[in-house]
Amino acid sequence: MSKVTEKYPLDTHEQRLTVKDPHPRHDTQGDVDEDERLRRAMANFAKNMNRTTATYMEACVHCGQCAEACHYYVQTEDPKYTPIWKLEIFKQAYKRENSPFGFFYRLFGFKRHITVEQLGEWQELIYDSCTMCGRCSLICPMGIDIATLVGQARHGMFKAGLIPDELHEVAQRAKEEGSPLGATASVFEDRAEWMGDEFDTEVNIDQEQADILVAMSSIEIMKYPHAIGATAKVLNALGESWTFRTEGYEATNFGMMAGNTEWQKAATMKIINAAIACGAKLVVLPECGHAYGALRWQGAAMYGKPLPFKVQHISEFLADVISSGRLKVKKVDQTVTFHDPCQVARRGGATEAPRVVMEALGLDLKEMAPTGDFNWCCGGGGGVVTIHRADKLRYKVFELKMDQVEATGADTVLSTCSNCRQSYNDAKEHFHWDKNMESLLELVAENLVE
Amino acid sequence: MELLDFARGPGLQIAVLIFVAGLVWRLVHLFLAAKKSDISEARMGGARAGGLKTIFSRFRHHEPFRERTRNGSVLAYTMHIGLVIVVLGSAPHILFIESFTGLDWTPLPTLVIHLAAAVTVAALLVGLGRRLRHPVLRMISNFDDYFSWLITTLPVVTGLLTVAHVGGRYETLLALHILSFEAFLIWFPFGKLMHSIIVFGSRYTTGITFTRRGAKV
Ligand code: SF4
Ligand code: SF4
Repeated sequence: MSKVTEKYPLDTHEQRLTVKDPHPRHDTQGDVDEDERLRRAMANFAKNMNRTTATYMEACVHCGQCAEACHYYVQTEDPKYTPIWKLEIFKQAYKRENSPFGFFYRLFGFKRHITVEQLGEWQELIYDSCTMCGRCSLICPMGIDIATLVGQARHGMFKAGLIPDELHEVAQRAKEEGSPLGATASVFEDRAEWMGDEFDTEVNIDQEQADILVAMSSIEIMKYPHAIGATAKVLNALGESWTFRTEGYEATNFGMMAGNTEWQKAATMKIINAAIACGAKLVVLPECGHAYGALRWQGAAMYGKPLPFKVQHISEFLADVISSGRLKVKKVDQTVTFHDPCQVARRGGATEAPRVVMEALGLDLKEMAPTGDFNWCCGGGGGVVTIHRADKLRYKVFELKMDQVEATGADTVLSTCSNCRQSYNDAKEHFHWDKNMESLLELVAENLVE
Repeated sequence: MELLDFARGPGLQIAVLIFVAGLVWRLVHLFLAAKKSDISEARMGGARAGGLKTIFSRFRHHEPFRERTRNGSVLAYTMHIGLVIVVLGSAPHILFIESFTGLDWTPLPTLVIHLAAAVTVAALLVGLGRRLRHPVLRMISNFDDYFSWLITTLPVVTGLLTVAHVGGRYETLLALHILSFEAFLIWFPFGKLMHSIIVFGSRYTTGITFTRRGAKV
């Protein structure tokens, strides 16, 4: 008689032969007892409850339509990936503790206390399988912005020490070293110097005064450093007064994605202080989706008052200087498709900007279907690309993107987010796919009329 | 006191009292929650107009979502439109509303009302079947969903039985019909039936947030 348990049957259908998915396991941080974890999770979820989010919590009619917008449900048909289900335990806690009839629920025991095991189970739903892409927020007939609620649930999960280890690790690095991926100030300076040589252009660092402060994403600094040279080349061609500042060069905000508001604020304040220090009137953010949301839409809340400068995503900046005739570009004979980063387009409202730039470049743009505000997410946002155990699911949802891209017939995919770019390129390698994702900024820099 | 007298008198008063008190408390509770103002620089003006626009635009799914949501939407519309026709179009209901408000309007032909009620009941039944069988709906549904379904279905069914004089004395059937409506009123503030009011708030709020950003609402 075999001593092997049947708990994990063999899975011989995948590339990597192993046992079938074990039960979901979750990571924990900190050494606190379970009651305390639970208390922290709920207190921090409730702490951020305001009229808007309370209205959302009360409005759901359980119609299930949000499932049809979410790439995780659409690709797996597993009902646990229904967007509003990802908030179920927080909804229950809200009903019990914060809702108008909470006393009633408590008195009659209608809503049970949630447990730390449930929170652990929900870790997969709140982190691994939500990129906070906001597609579900667009479909909900009640107008509930589910992505915002997931962000709020992450605040509770972080304080309870219940987030995926990898995301915690990179967020902590960002807090302590100034970059989630080892792009410290001195690494950045080295790379900037290298790119200055490579592009034969001046990369301004730590200018005392400048009209424009530019920031980069760690992913660009470490993986796609040409973005540094391309940015410098464009700004120099325009004759702008601009600078990077070593006290605020990093635009990504992993504290925000992990759910730690203090870390989010610390990262945002570095850029704000750097901009104030050099008197910048404009901060240009790099090709990074969540960095745009973090400063453009949440920056003022972190600062506590309106920002004393304007904020633009690099694609908006390029669209403006091209439209006004200040920047001239050559025509490029290429057929491309464009991947809209969720946080810049659907959640950020800058959907048209890259299209203005692509038109100026004379590109033959084959739009995906659906596209623009309705584009499918790449599956790597919201910190998901950092979580190893989520890889299989991430590849599964990426198949949607591959089908979309293939249907356009374009050879190249352009985008304006380096996180999307790394997710694409990782999945490309996984699937041995032949489509490249390239940067729109770099294409502009390569085709300046000098 | 006859059942019908109770239903028309104290029953109705109690139901309206609970309805109003519950409604006010639930809305006051929402208004008491801290208001978070958005101090980011808006890309576009007209946020309030965008909020109002969203209240109406979300009555229909954006084009890319329509195919995958067709069944649910057709059912929801059939049920809601059917209910509106029955509640506001039938002569006895108009008389009832007039007795409180003084407002009246021309009723729809009885045949239309009966047909609408039958279609509504059919839509409610199909909706229930779907909720029980569709993996997503089955998973996310709770007591509120099923109880609210029951409390919505009962007045329509008892109304149909009353006009058809089926299942009992007319007075008894009418009393049951009124009582089932009162049960609806009593449950209204406590569960998801409140969506018929809260929907305006949630759509408006989302409309404002994303109009400011110049994003799709
Ligand atoms: S689409 Fe909106 S109302 Fe329907 S279940 Fe999802 S969150 Fe709730
Ligand atoms: S925000 Fe995106 S990933 Fe998250 S639940 Fe909604 S559709 Fe799915």
